[in-house]
Amino acid sequence: MPTVPPLDIDATVVDICRQHANAPADLIEILHDLQEQIGHVPQSALPTIATALNLSRAEVHGVVSFYHDFREKPAGAVTVKICRAEACQSMGALPLIERICARHGVQLGGTSADGRITVEAVYCLGNCALSPAALVNDKPVGRINDERLNAAIRGAMS
Amino acid sequence: MTITVYVPCDSAALSVGADDVAAAIHEQADMRGLDIQIIRNGSRGMCWLEPLVEVLHDGVRYAYGPVTGADVPGLFDAGFLQAGRHDLALGPTDALDWLANQERLTFARVGVIDPLNLADYQEHGGLVGLHRAIAMQRSEIVAEVTDSGLRGRGGAGFPTGIKWKTVSDLPDGQKYICCNADEGDSGTFADRMLMEGDPFCLLEGMAIAGLAVGASEGYVYIRSEYPHAIATMKQAIRIWEDAGLLGPDVAGSGRPFRIKVRRGAGAYICGEESSMLESMEGKRGTVRSKPPIPAVAGLFGMPTVVNNVLSLATVPVILAKDASFYKEYGMGRSLGTQAFQIAGNVKRGGLVEKAFGVSLRELIEDFGGGTASGRPFRSAQLGGPLGAYIGEEHLDLPMDYEGLAANSAMLGHGGIVVFDDTVDMAEMARFAFEFCQIESCGKCTPCRIGAVRGKESIEKILRGEEVARNIALVEDLCEVMTDGSLCAMGGLTPMPVLSAIRLFPEDFDRTPAAAAAE
Repeated sequence: MPTVPPLDIDATVVDICRQHANAPADLIEILHDLQEQIGHVPQSALPTIATALNLSRAEVHGVVSFYHDFREKPAGAVTVKICRAEACQSMGALPLIERICARHGVQLGGTSADGRITVEAVYCLGNCALSPAALVNDKPVGRINDERLNAAIRGAMS
Repeated sequence: MTITVYVPCDSAALSVGADDVAAAIHEQADMRGLDIQIIRNGSRGMCWLEPLVEVLHDGVRYAYGPVTGADVPGLFDAGFLQAGRHDLALGPTDALDWLANQERLTFARVGVIDPLNLADYQEHGGLVGLHRAIAMQRSEIVAEVTDSGLRGRGGAGFPTGIKWKTVSDLPDGQKYICCNADEGDSGTFADRMLMEGDPFCLLEGMAIAGLAVGASEGYVYIRSEYPHAIATMKQAIRIWEDAGLLGPDVAGSGRPFRIKVRRGAGAYICGEESSMLESMEGKRGTVRSKPPIPAVAGLFGMPTVVNNVLSLATVPVILAKDASFYKEYGMGRSLGTQAFQIAGNVKRGGLVEKAFGVSLRELIEDFGGGTASGRPFRSAQLGGPLGAYIGEEHLDLPMDYEGLAANSAMLGHGGIVVFDDTVDMAEMARFAFEFCQIESCGKCTPCRIGAVRGKESIEKILRGEEVARNIALVEDLCEVMTDGSLCAMGGLTPMPVLSAIRLFPEDFDRTPAAAAAE
């Protein structure tokens, strides 16, 4: 279920594209802006973007699907990105990720049934001296263990 | 008199509660009616001591760390504003061994100054390089950078001055300076620290590059995983525009230069320069075939300098001091300093800027203090996910481009990820392929298909299926990937895989029974 009615999304998209002078080179910035404003990049927005930037729908779809950041459906209320790259693995990130997913009833890369939390894998947050590292709603959390990460998640939910 | 307290705003410090500490210090000072100002500096790079609070007392900065919000009332009780004694007191910051034993040129100001205070920047040597460059001929600037011996700090190690000369020698017209801040290698965070801790230094380096090659536009491509660095760089650009340091007339030079930030979108491959250029043009980040090289046909097909954050941020000090100063550091053909990042399973992780030639043992044992777990060291991965694993026997290798290459390893962006003896190297080899599968742009077959087949083959080894045959298969596949891939993603994924097989064969010696017993 989209959180914003389709018509409004269209207006938002047109507006964002205009702020970027309808420049095709700004496509990734436009997609970021859209996801920041409505939480995701719905398929329904792609034709509007394509028209505004004078690109084909396929070109826009190609870009959206290439980059890991853009999500087609809204995320949960709290988004947790946990690093599973080598430095964090050296400090036990993989079993930690499994425990966090199990605790919150969510598959890695997915959203819990109640829509409260999304857990995603990332590959390096540049906090490798304080591994394992996570971002909870864009807030960095370093040297995580179950307790520290769950506290940060609770903090973001309240 | 107002007392100055420093609490870092670097992401690493924030990730362990620096904002809470700053808030607690404000609250305590208010309660006690004390007159203080808190400066949010970058990180000194001693990540294990974060949040590292400093107090300026009698002209000397005293360090306390790692501080939590709960420690703050006790610090006030102990008179830390007058450098009082406390369990967390570390003494004068600059006298700490970790810092005193470094040679900080690129990172001289990081953690020292207020990142967005232009006056502070100038008091610490900022803008000297730019002003000198403005008074020089274009060819003189290029010659200075070439003479310094500076090589690309992103990992490839190509001489920066030669790249600049190629672009500078091309006919005048639209040219670009593109800063690669897509620091995706696990174990690296130096670009982020610099952008968060001394953003003006990067802008100064880019402006000098613009003057040197005749470019009027610059872009900083920053990965989206670095929201704080993005915000800081955007603010820094606004401050420089307002001060007339960017815009139609750079610092009174009569020449224009503008800088914009572009955000990445979570694709590791965009750290490869041609993918980055595609991404900056708003396209899928697929690798371009070379030639033409970006210096000739880069962003939007125009001549483009693509340099890493640290390469560009090192240019101001080279121009400020001169080339001979810079090349006094280092060894052989690896001149100057490198920002080493000690990460992973290590007691004292952080950033160490040292002249090339320092040994891994000094970095991991002396600076790093050994493993965080206290267990024996087993391996380290150098230069990110495409870099080789090394073993105990390599710890005395000097860290420079050629020395490591001669030992089938690479320095890359200077990241060192430490593993203790619990690491399963076959599992790490499997992960190297998995990472390549996730992040391959898909343009060339050796990388796109090789990563998947490689992962499957290692999984068979992990299950104990026809081990010798599958190892031979992986080695053969690695040869195809090395020789046949378009870029370093597929071309270097064999580095971690083959080094793990070569140095730790016992981890690959699986039997079906052993696998079943696990």
